[in-house]
Amino acid sequence: MNIVVCAKQVVDVSEIKVDSKTNKLILAGVPQKISDIDKNAMEEAIKIKEKHGGKLTVVTVGPADAKEKIKELLAMGADEGIHIVQPEKLDYFVVSTILAGAIKKIGEYDIILCGEASIDLFSGQIGPRVAGILNIPQITYAQNVTVEKDKVVSERNIGDKAVTIESSFPVMITVTKEINEPRLPSLMQILAAANKPINDWSLDDVGSGKLEPKITTVDIKGVSMERKNVVYQDDIDDSVGKLVDSLVKEGVLR
Amino acid sequence: MVLVYSDNKNLMLELLNKGNELAKELNKSLTAVIIGKDEFSKDYIAHGADKVVVAETDIDQFKAEEYTDIIEGIVKEDGSEIILIGSNKNGKELAPRLAAKFETGCVTDCTNVYLRDKKLTAERIVYSGNAVAVEQFNTTPQIVTVPSKVFDPLPKDDKHKGEVVKKKIDVEKSSSKILKVQEMKTEEANVEDAEIIVSCGRGFKDKNDIKMISDLAEALKGRTVGCSRPIAADLKWLSEDHWIGLSGHKVKPKLYIAAGISGQIQHIAGMRDSGVIVAINKDPEALIFKSADYGIVGDLYEILPKLTDAIKTKMG
Ligand SMILES: Cc1cc2nc3c(=O)[nH]c(=O)nc-3n(C[C@H](O)[C@H](O)[C@H](O)COP(=O)(O)OP(=O)(O)OC[C@H]3O[C@@H](n4cnc5c(N)ncnc54)[C@H](O)[C@@H]3O)c2cc1C
Ligand SMILES: Nc1ncnc2c1ncn2[C@@H]1O[C@H](COP(=O)(O)O)[C@@H](O)[C@H]1O
Repeated sequence: MNIVVCAKQVVDVSEIKVDSKTNKLILAGVPQKISDIDKNAMEEAIKIKEKHGGKLTVVTVGPADAKEKIKELLAMGADEGIHIVQPEKLDYFVVSTILAGAIKKIGEYDIILCGEASIDLFSGQIGPRVAGILNIPQITYAQNVTVEKDKVVSERNIGDKAVTIESSFPVMITVTKEINEPRLPSLMQILAAANKPINDWSLDDVGSGKLEPKITTVDIKGVSMERKNVVYQDDIDDSVGKLVDSLVKEGVLR
Repeated sequence: MVLVYSDNKNLMLELLNKGNELAKELNKSLTAVIIGKDEFSKDYIAHGADKVVVAETDIDQFKAEEYTDIIEGIVKEDGSEIILIGSNKNGKELAPRLAAKFETGCVTDCTNVYLRDKKLTAERIVYSGNAVAVEQFNTTPQIVTVPSKVFDPLPKDDKHKGEVVKKKIDVEKSSSKILKVQEMKTEEANVEDAEIIVSCGRGFKDKNDIKMISDLAEALKGRTVGCSRPIAADLKWLSEDHWIGLSGHKVKPKLYIAAGISGQIQHIAGMRDSGVIVAINKDPEALIFKSADYGIVGDLYEILPKLTDAIKTKMG
């Protein structure tokens, strides 16, 4: 079984601040991490590999320092990493074309796993786009995945329905956050990961030399939230009384 | 041409309103697409469609691969420059695949769509609610997905005329197979429309305890219960229509009360536009207090019944 996981380095959104005067985002110094749900994709891939054997490759398109973050996924259980430095101008079209190019270069793949969405942009585009480029079936929002020798059965959670789909290989699957609990690598695994290869592929290597984005971000407007932050923490009865009085003053009780 | 598609009728009516406005501004006509049985073409025309294309196929269930092919064919024939797709889960996996086929741009979950200098411009929330990105397209077709309740439906006009075009469509069958479709219960919470929402999180120990939330909601005459993602997605104590946040529903009630919710940014993303925000949490350091106007530190099991009583007394 050959499995490919697409993983993205993102800014930690909970650490972003907005300058309330200029409404600009303060991104400098905000820590980077692997997008949360991509670890769920990795965990699912490891489980499949544990059952069926094979090779597990993780691919990322990102800035130069994303290579460091990939080590975490190698420690979890990937065999090999592929790092492609992102072009200066990019959008979902550009990233998905590069990823699909890399997957074609890997050559043999049965299952491609992505997160349902990345936590910074939360678009959910990359998985379906890659599946579209490769012209293979896709299963999105998978809340469970059962892999057998020559097929996969998976349940899509589409909110008001659960749809069980069976597919042959190759197939692209995006997973939800609830599908599993990603493992934390042990110290031994972290040390061992240092010896696993992370290949640097160029845009030309994956046949995506000159790609022009199809959309342009013309503005990013920061949204600051100012709240009163009145906190009552004494006697419960007093606090409840004060809260109700405040709500009356706010005019929200009628 | 402007084309709209969703497998959800209400979303279709909302998209038709926006589609109609864009088509008028550009002097184009508006096409609605139905895949499968023609149940609603009359409604779609009364709500603004100039043409309804009914794709007659033997496919009876949604599969992104096949639906993408069908819409790709219609777009090519229609010469659509703008495509609006309903942003439910099916729409969100369809639109990017369609965009990949056309090697074009796509913007998902738009909170606004308009023309600026004749160019389609789409706004969407990024960085978990910390910012709004404004995107413009460099190529056509320009594809956007729009969630429900972003636009109101156009009032019905039974005099509006439009044609219905039936098309037999053969598509390449996907190698995947749908084995089972299980309807999940929904309570039609309609959190988007609520004026008062009381929400519960993992601070609740048992499914039955959620009654405390509905009692408070009832006392507030709001009656709307919301929840954090784990309550709906992991524990499945409440149906998905109660789920508030980045990956759930976006709400803007006058009053939002969060009990036993830690206040992670993904939850805040769904309720940050609320009027007054109240937090109840036993942890004084909980993030939710930073996003709240008023808060009480303490055990929700003790506070909620007292708060419900106090509000009942106040409101008579
Ligand atoms: C990509 C992505 C998308 C997401 N989308 C969403 C989303 O749409 N909506 C959403 O809600 N989450 C979303 N999440 C999850 C989010 O990050 C948090 O994990 C989640 O909101 C936490 O839910 P919670 O506050 O109910 O639980 P917890 O974080 O476990 O918090 C429980 C709180 O209850 C308090 N508590 C416990 N017992 C008591 C008591 N007796 N009395 C009072 N307080 C008590 C605790 O102090 C704690 O603060 C998303 C995450 C990711 C990565
Ligand atoms: N730059 C990237 N490199 C590798 N994988 C990516 C990248 N961007 C997105 N993905 C994958 O696509 C999923 C959805 O991302 P997005 O479309 O940005 O919401 C992520 O969870 C990843 O699995």
